[in-house]
Amino acid sequence: MPIRLRVEGLSAKRGEDLIFHDISFVLAAGEALIVTGPNGSGKSTLLRVLAGLLTPESGTVRMDDTVADIGHPRELCHYLGHRNAMKHELTVEENLSFWKSFMGDSVGGSGIGIEEATEALGLAGISHLPFGYLSAGQQRRMAMAKLLVAYRPVWILDEPTAALDAAADRLFAGLVERHLAAGGLVVAATHQPLGVTARELRMTGFAGVEA
Amino acid sequence: MIALFLRDLKLSMRAGGGALIGVLFFMTVVAVVPFAVGPDLNLLSRIGPAILWIGALLASLLGLDRLFQAEREDGSLDLMLMQEVPLVLTVLVKCLAHWTATGLPLVIAAPLLGLFMNMSEVAIGATMLTLLVGTPAITFIGATGAAVAVTLPRGGLLVSILVLPLAIPVLIFGVSAAYAAVQDPVPFLPPLLILIAITLFFAVIGPLAAALALRSASD
Repeated sequence: MPIRLRVEGLSAKRGEDLIFHDISFVLAAGEALIVTGPNGSGKSTLLRVLAGLLTPESGTVRMDDTVADIGHPRELCHYLGHRNAMKHELTVEENLSFWKSFMGDSVGGSGIGIEEATEALGLAGISHLPFGYLSAGQQRRMAMAKLLVAYRPVWILDEPTAALDAAADRLFAGLVERHLAAGGLVVAATHQPLGVTARELRMTGFAGVEA
Repeated sequence: MIALFLRDLKLSMRAGGGALIGVLFFMTVVAVVPFAVGPDLNLLSRIGPAILWIGALLASLLGLDRLFQAEREDGSLDLMLMQEVPLVLTVLVKCLAHWTATGLPLVIAAPLLGLFMNMSEVAIGATMLTLLVGTPAITFIGATGAAVAVTLPRGGLLVSILVLPLAIPVLIFGVSAAYAAVQDPVPFLPPLLILIAITLFFAVIGPLAAALALRSASD
């Protein structure tokens, strides 16, 4: 399933200020891009633009060579932001099964079951608990289970490993590795190394970028 | 989509969901009126349908501001914006779930409160029917207000102010249909049909406007 994420001349504004300017890259299947840079350099803004949640000031985000027609590139993306997008009042299982059936699978793959997904995150056996009962790290890992229950070729991850311990870090690196090996794409903003081989995009605030 | 409907229903039933807050508020407002007006039974039965409608209108505005704000706060809204499913449809389903959780209980509680107001059976039945077909319109209008105010931390009052002027036609035709059922020469059907038309109209316009507002509000 040859898929390619092509970004050309992207720039974005927050209010009146230009956050970044003229970012271009091409990401092929199985490749990861790590976005680094100091706080406020526009990492999250870039990811939100890629996810179609912010309109860019100029430039385009496109998916090339896709098997099927798609309306918008964002429909092929998973976005894991700072917030977990899980309801504290519902149990983990209710949360995950909702997202699984609401999101559905993109063409070219299928999500795994909820039990398997929690097992893959090392949290089997607690999916009957309300999401609000879990610790911050467990909540984060359960939010990552969303990536597995519904298939999307592109993962957009914003500080995915914040609040995770070292073991969970490695676990997550393994998941990313497997996703890449299956022909997926990953764009992640992070301060800690993700533990996978990846290209790096350094954001430097409005001084420009060095790819 | 059924999954979304069921999830929203579950959320409103669980702690802090506030499905019953609306009914309690409705009961409080209507139950207080006889004490204020005094024991004039004729007057009570005359103003009954209007009071029930005002109570239902205010009660259905109560939880509306949380419709999208709760989703936005935990990041769910981002994911909903990204899906292949048209956003309009997502909004429509959320409105239907919200109405089922907060509007339908008002309709069911109306007969009991009708007794407080010394209303006749026909008047109670007519008021219930008009509430049943009229309150969805308030939810659809309210969804637009809630979507516009989604980024404002204390948007509750603002939503009510935005929504009330648009909800006035619903109130007018709802109450006049309820009165037409008991006052003989006035025909009942025309105002009821107009009420249904208003609901159908807002069932289309409301989600459309709300979806547009949500798209441009994302930051």
